[in-house]
Amino acid sequence: MPNDQAVSDSIAASARAALSAVEPRPGVPKPDPIMVADHVRRSFGGLTAVNVEHVEIQRGAITALIGPNGAGKTTFFNLITGFDDANEGTWTFNDRQVAGTAPYKLARIGMVRTFQLTKALSRMTVIDNMRLGAKHQTGERFFAAILPFLWNSQEKSVGQKAMGLLERFNLHEKVGDFAGSLSGGQRKLLEMARALMADPELIMLDEPMAGVNPALKQSLLGHIKTMREEGTTVLFVEHDMDMVHDISDWVIVMAQGEVIAEGPPDTVMKDQAVIDAYLGAHHEAQLTETGESLTESSDGDSA
Amino acid sequence: MDWSFVLTQTLTQAIGIQAIIYCLAAIGLNVQFGYTGLLNFGQVAFVAAGSYAVGVIVLTFDLSLWLAIVVGVVVALVIALILGIPTLRLRADYLAIVTIAFSELVRLTVRSIAFKDVLGGAQGLNGKLGQDFHDTNPLPADFQSLPVLSWTRQDLWVVIVGWILVALFTLLVWLLVRSPWGRIVRGIREDEAAVVSLGKNVFAYKLQALMLGGVIGAFGGIVWAVAKQSVQPDTFRPEFTFFAYTILLLGGAARVFGPIVGAILFWIILAGTGEFLGQAIQAGWIDFLQPTDVGNIRFVLMGSGLIALMVFRPQGIFGDRRELALDAK
Repeated sequence: MPNDQAVSDSIAASARAALSAVEPRPGVPKPDPIMVADHVRRSFGGLTAVNVEHVEIQRGAITALIGPNGAGKTTFFNLITGFDDANEGTWTFNDRQVAGTAPYKLARIGMVRTFQLTKALSRMTVIDNMRLGAKHQTGERFFAAILPFLWNSQEKSVGQKAMGLLERFNLHEKVGDFAGSLSGGQRKLLEMARALMADPELIMLDEPMAGVNPALKQSLLGHIKTMREEGTTVLFVEHDMDMVHDISDWVIVMAQGEVIAEGPPDTVMKDQAVIDAYLGAHHEAQLTETGESLTESSDGDSA
Repeated sequence: MDWSFVLTQTLTQAIGIQAIIYCLAAIGLNVQFGYTGLLNFGQVAFVAAGSYAVGVIVLTFDLSLWLAIVVGVVVALVIALILGIPTLRLRADYLAIVTIAFSELVRLTVRSIAFKDVLGGAQGLNGKLGQDFHDTNPLPADFQSLPVLSWTRQDLWVVIVGWILVALFTLLVWLLVRSPWGRIVRGIREDEAAVVSLGKNVFAYKLQALMLGGVIGAFGGIVWAVAKQSVQPDTFRPEFTFFAYTILLLGGAARVFGPIVGAILFWIILAGTGEFLGQAIQAGWIDFLQPTDVGNIRFVLMGSGLIALMVFRPQGIFGDRRELALDAK
């Protein structure tokens, strides 16, 4: 499929081109942001977990949110998806003010997330998990639910869409199995496919690679790229920099609750602030591929 | 030893009025707990609402029974809202705590001397509560009794309509749980956050389930008041809710026919052991028990049976073992 490859390259290229003119510094404005967050702060007692001054997410690109453990990535994720309440701050989605909006409403307007600890509904079948993701189902209303003829045809089309996605994610042979019988990696795939059932404009993946074997990692990366090709904006949390390097168009680095660096993957990984955040500010050693010299500095290091 | 007496009594109670009342309460719990995962430990409050609606409207205000049924449903809906709105946004345990406290609150309030004029105090409300219903009895006036089942003409009419109600609510539950609505509530039972993340208003669905289950429970109370022509506050103790849970677990939670099988089984065990022990003591087979012990012994047996069930067949009679064997997290 040479054409597909070309299209994919061009979409990736255009996403990168749009971002190439953007200066790599924290809080930099983007040409076409799908989400803009301002002064988002969340503290737990005396600890400020998240304190983000300004950050924008470019539409149509894959943006990675990285940082060492405890940097506040997942908390920030929970805040902007409405699963946790910010102490202060505002953020917009498609120019619409969404701070304080209920999480289910955010999902309905196109901001769908997944979870670090996979939430496949294990006592439901794979296909039911998928069907649950579809939006605007008539049969989900109490009184309509009693009258199957009102929703039977919609149920069929939802099922077809689900089957299509399951095939793409290589889960089509598991259709009738309980999700609980899937392996950890398959659950990750199912959760991602289920999120796509809701036709998100912005899909937010919380550590999609955590606990996944290397072979499946490659396939997950492929699926994330496919999402971008289909016009979905992807924002994902990861703390492994190498994984990020491969697929992201833009990287946002958080440490101690703040955005400390932004930029294309290559630039960010050379950034002194980022290296300090990952390895501790006072490390003397050279950062090497093998990581042998890491033994010299243990302060601030993250496993 | 009169075996035929034991058998007819057991059978009569197994599909009798009490079984119907508990069955309706358990169908309500099945919607709330079985499918949606809501721990409602105050189902008896909804049953009491149905009973007292009949008692108060018919006896205190001298109005029609049909109006009383509408009032019973409305009161059950209001109770569900009162209990649900503050607690359903919180973790599941909060609903359990609030509902069990509320059900006792209801019982102590209705039996209090302060409302004696309206609610009848500790004596409850006694009179021709179900007359409007019994007037519709199509059975011949000279009806004596069915061959084996020893119901009066009046009771038989209640039993017939009662089982029709059970069938209708079972049909309603069946239609709901196989629909996309049912898919959402089953999802909520497992992981609310996952369902929220897919754009579903989880709070609204939990409230709907609580309301539906409450209304079905209230119908149990309505049947009770109509059949017994009496409403007694102290019948609405927390045990009622626990028996309804026992029935649900016996039959298998989250199974459409679970409450029906469970209710019949519950009363077979309870009535069967009771009648058998009573007869056996009379016949002198058992000399270490007094006839007054029988009432308690049958609950000991019921409890032991429930423990054995949980150990050997935790999914209940109808449950799907596969579904239960999977880890929920």
